[in-house]
Amino acid sequence: MDLDALYQEIILDHYKRPHHAGLREPYDAETHHVNPTCGDEITLRVHLSDGPGGVTVDDVSYDAEGCSISQASASVMTDLVIGRSVPEAMQRHQEFVELMQSRGTVEPDEDVLEDGIAFAGVARFPGRVKCALLGWMAWKDAVAQASAREESR
Amino acid sequence: MTAIAGGTTGTAARAHGLDVERIRADFPILSRRLANDRPLVYLDSANTSQKPLSVIEAVRDHYARHNANVARAMHQVGAEASEAYEAARDTVAAFIGAPEREGVVFTKNATEALNLVANVLAWAPGDLGVRAGDDVVITEMEHHSNIVPWQLLTQRTGATLRWFGLTDEGRLDLSAIDELITERTKVVSLVWVSNALGTVNPVAEIARRAKQVGALVVVDASQAVPQMPVDVSTLGADLVAFTGHKLLGPTGIGVLWGRRELLAELPPFHGGGEMIETVRMDRSTYAPPPARFEAGTPPIAQAVGLAAAVRYLEAVGMENVAAHEQQVTAYALARLGEIGGVRLLGPSEMVERGGAVSFVVDGIHPHDVSQVLDSRGIAVRAGHHCAKPAHARFGAQSSVRASGYLYTTEGEIDQMVDAVRYAQQYFGVA
Repeated sequence: MDLDALYQEIILDHYKRPHHAGLREPYDAETHHVNPTCGDEITLRVHLSDGPGGVTVDDVSYDAEGCSISQASASVMTDLVIGRSVPEAMQRHQEFVELMQSRGTVEPDEDVLEDGIAFAGVARFPGRVKCALLGWMAWKDAVAQASAREESR
Repeated sequence: MTAIAGGTTGTAARAHGLDVERIRADFPILSRRLANDRPLVYLDSANTSQKPLSVIEAVRDHYARHNANVARAMHQVGAEASEAYEAARDTVAAFIGAPEREGVVFTKNATEALNLVANVLAWAPGDLGVRAGDDVVITEMEHHSNIVPWQLLTQRTGATLRWFGLTDEGRLDLSAIDELITERTKVVSLVWVSNALGTVNPVAEIARRAKQVGALVVVDASQAVPQMPVDVSTLGADLVAFTGHKLLGPTGIGVLWGRRELLAELPPFHGGGEMIETVRMDRSTYAPPPARFEAGTPPIAQAVGLAAAVRYLEAVGMENVAAHEQQVTAYALARLGEIGGVRLLGPSEMVERGGAVSFVVDGIHPHDVSQVLDSRGIAVRAGHHCAKPAHARFGAQSSVRASGYLYTTEGEIDQMVDAVRYAQQYFGVA
């Protein structure tokens, strides 16, 4: 039970100074996700736009209440997905989820997950995996809603 | 095996006849070592209690020697199992002061007991049933299991759900009791001892008002029965729910006590085996209580284990258990009070107060506090403790909760307090 393995400096930095925090306009979809066991909550907005490389994640903004892991994870996520095409961002989502569900057996790729590699230690604390995934799940849900709206237009 | 009150090894500092060290020796898990060779400091007993060897052995012995179904097995071991199951009912009835054994219904847990009541009151015929236009009154400090069943009942029947608010001290605001409990009130359901705030509620006073208007009184005694002497015959309640696993017993068994005449008037909850008198293809008639409310194979080994748990507590003496809880809780409140940046939810004085000590630490989320504590082997609960409205009332999304039992020492409280200070340093908020 090495606390420092869980609470990496990168995580504490993002927790204290979260990136892209706050709710912003414009947005295409807004989701609200809760961790029912602890009450952690996040309201998250996604803004997509059509770019030369396909549909791009233009902005992700959020208002979250929760522990250091859930807050830092949402902050790192915004760094990883904003400005990426939706398929690229989804790929990163996939890699992060796999890392979290690996129970510490997966070596994360820093080129892909950047600051997200700091969460490798969280994967060894099963009780905290849900915290790390809260923001990512809200984001995936919001992208799915925004994309569905886009298609039905 | 059982630590009896009034041993000769007591110290002058002990205000009651409970020898904690002798008691601890009866609980195998308390000698466990966790990661980094830390001893387990178990401060999550309001969540579930640990089990003494006598309970573990009683369950093992039942499965090893007496296992059979109850009531419907006519053979020798079937008779033994039936006898043990019904003896457990007698043991529990005596423990809670139930005037008649038929008033003790075994359920899965307290949640099922409360859902049973809320459901059968929707179906009850005549004046007993809850209908559109009736009120059901609860409180803002209920566990979700004493909120949601009543929301379901009132939504389905068109009745109205109302509730007592809380004072800043974390007590029920009784100032408007006569406007809240009125002629329209059919049911008043409240927690005796709050699992989140620790508050002990004035059940008798509220029951008196409820009786004036002819309302039923339902009491969630999940945190009360484990920690203090209980006499349901003088409580003023019509129905009382609690669970076995919080009072040293196994999981999977709870109790609904009800006045026998009332239970006899209520319709069944679950339909199935052993709750009937006779079954034809077009209709059935039902057994009298308690069998009417115990459809299907009941928690037999769990009842045997629960009876062993009750015998253990009776040998220690519930007065001693209660005195120990008061002493340890007072100590925890005092020690936590020494730490700057710690805010308590619920009463800060040991007046009408139980053992749940919930607190928030400025600048550190409760999950992170509990993670630091856990790294030192200290088990507490972090979250809303299934009492979200009570947390919202005090502007908290969640909290850290420490809760002890008869095996908890002041030394363990000291370790928790040290760990909270360490968490403040670790997260740079000290």
